[in-house]
Amino acid sequence: MTRIPPLFERLKQENRSGLIAYITAGDPCPERTPSLIAALEEGGVDMVELGVPFSDPVADGPVIQRASQRALRAGTSLARVLDIAAEVRRRSSIPIVLFTYLNPVLRYGIEKLGRDAVERGIDGCLLTDLSVDEAASQIETMRRFDLDTIFLAAPTSSAKRCKLIAEHSTGFVYLVSRTGVTGEKDSVSSTVAPLVASMRALTSLPLAVGFGISKPEHAAEVGAIADAVIIGSAFMRTIEQHRDDALEQRLTVQARGFRDALFRRTA
Amino acid sequence: MIPESDSRGHFGPYGGRYVPEILMSPLEELEQSWEEARRDPAFHSELNELLETYAGRPTPLYFARRLSQEAGGARIYLKREDLLHTGAHKINNCLGQVLLARRTGKTRIIAETGAGQHGVATATVAALFGMECVIYMGKEDMRRQQLNVFRMRLLGATVVGVSSGSRTLKDAISEAMRDWVTNVSNTHYLLGSAVGAHPYPLMVRDFQKVIGEETRRQVMEREGRLPDAVFACVGGGSNAIGMFYPFINDEGVRLVGVEAGGRSSALGEHAARFSGGLPGVLHGARSYLLQDSDGQISLTHSISAGLDYALVGPEHAWLHDRGRAEYVPVTDTEALDAARKLSRMEGIIPALESSHAVAEALRRAPAARDSVFVVNLSGRGDKDMDIFRENLKELDDANSPSI
Repeated sequence: MTRIPPLFERLKQENRSGLIAYITAGDPCPERTPSLIAALEEGGVDMVELGVPFSDPVADGPVIQRASQRALRAGTSLARVLDIAAEVRRRSSIPIVLFTYLNPVLRYGIEKLGRDAVERGIDGCLLTDLSVDEAASQIETMRRFDLDTIFLAAPTSSAKRCKLIAEHSTGFVYLVSRTGVTGEKDSVSSTVAPLVASMRALTSLPLAVGFGISKPEHAAEVGAIADAVIIGSAFMRTIEQHRDDALEQRLTVQARGFRDALFRRTA
Repeated sequence: MIPESDSRGHFGPYGGRYVPEILMSPLEELEQSWEEARRDPAFHSELNELLETYAGRPTPLYFARRLSQEAGGARIYLKREDLLHTGAHKINNCLGQVLLARRTGKTRIIAETGAGQHGVATATVAALFGMECVIYMGKEDMRRQQLNVFRMRLLGATVVGVSSGSRTLKDAISEAMRDWVTNVSNTHYLLGSAVGAHPYPLMVRDFQKVIGEETRRQVMEREGRLPDAVFACVGGGSNAIGMFYPFINDEGVRLVGVEAGGRSSALGEHAARFSGGLPGVLHGARSYLLQDSDGQISLTHSISAGLDYALVGPEHAWLHDRGRAEYVPVTDTEALDAARKLSRMEGIIPALESSHAVAEALRRAPAARDSVFVVNLSGRGDKDMDIFRENLKELDDANSPSI
């Protein structure tokens, strides 16, 4: 078992929704990422999605596109991201999910990735452009190395697809809050509640909701029905705008804002 | 017989459907609509009527007598897709897809464009059917193809400049996909090449195979036999697959795809996926892909924007691996020389994309006496005047006689 199921067990006991932070590894530079993750943990983040930058991130909005470009320019590769994970793991037991696109993984080799990811202390893997339909070999490999395979479900996913997604996911299911790319929005989409409800009927796996959740009040709203909320672009914007020594402190404060909202609402 | 793709759009190990989950159900619906439409005689009769009366099909198969004499060997025919409305083969696919979009109740059309030919063809069919139209185009391509940008605007489309990445076709496709992910309920993504997720490569090929079907018939009428070789340029590969497909089971017909050899064979200086790429996944499909050792997509270069793309269509990858088609690079300079030769020998100014195919046919012609070659002249060169001018300085005013 990975570190993910015990986390959701603990969240259930604490009667709160979890806070998952997405961070593009290597922005502003690979050396900084471990301390940014430590800052997020300090602010109460329960799990990290470690983004491997890709040159052509079709599912991402401008904030994460820019972060990916900066990370690539700073020399961030999948191999480097695995080393970042290992560095985080030396001091922390926070669950880490690798989050990227398929091509860098194909080039690295799925078998090699499975072996190296486990060795570096990674718990699971989510590939944005790999749906369950094409994922047979990835699933088989990840299972063999005891890594969770997390798949996305979207408001557009048919009932038949939701069922397949539930069957092939382990750890948790990532629900996309709305149609669109990643990025901050002014309000929570009305498609969240129906998607959570329909997935609940299909699986006992924890459900985490992401895309467009950028303010504590959004997190509170979503956290009331989901097992975890995922914040990405809001953190990446902070990283983009503040390169000074106080960045870590800012991230901690920002994370705490989300964490407190989740705690208040469901406690 | 070369086997067809499987039911999930795989050509051997290539093709497939690699997109964010948001697009999976919409792609399933598109596939189903397409399956229904292709079995519906009313759909085909409306499409054929438009192809004939609006686009100008069938296009002629022209025997290039002077060019053949000059080359000294093979008899070279040109399939005149450049004579179609809007100036390239792209209109074949656009008419098909816009009918499909209307059939599925979509009111908004989006598309990517490289050279601008697909953007113009898309803007044209959107105007014809009164649909909203947004075209994504890399800023570098907008600079190279200013006339086509204006043409699209004149047709009522909104042209959105894409400034991410290399600012070319690859980035325009990424941006169109982001739009589609966001507006999928009312929007049809009118993808212009035989790339992307299933069912696009199959669907685009089916809308373009009319090129090869006509060619087959026309060459039989003229020569009483099939050609020895057909040539087509390959960016994503829609004009090439449209030409090749009806000849796939004719083993005596060599299928020659011509990629952009660009400035040199160094990564980033060309778009020759078969000589410089490895299988990978981009924009929904698995195929030969120009990428670096970390799996990041490489920048590409070609003098012709329409060939300037890192991934080749998956059916071409399969034809390549099975040895049914061959793929060769032609450089920027060779393409320019071929364009100039065709202009002077035949009075036909070809698009720079199509000039790559002409160059390869000219290269092989001397050693192919009594052979019959067909070159798919997929587009006309009007859009490329600025590039011709930049590269053929000796034709500028300074060298003209005046009285």
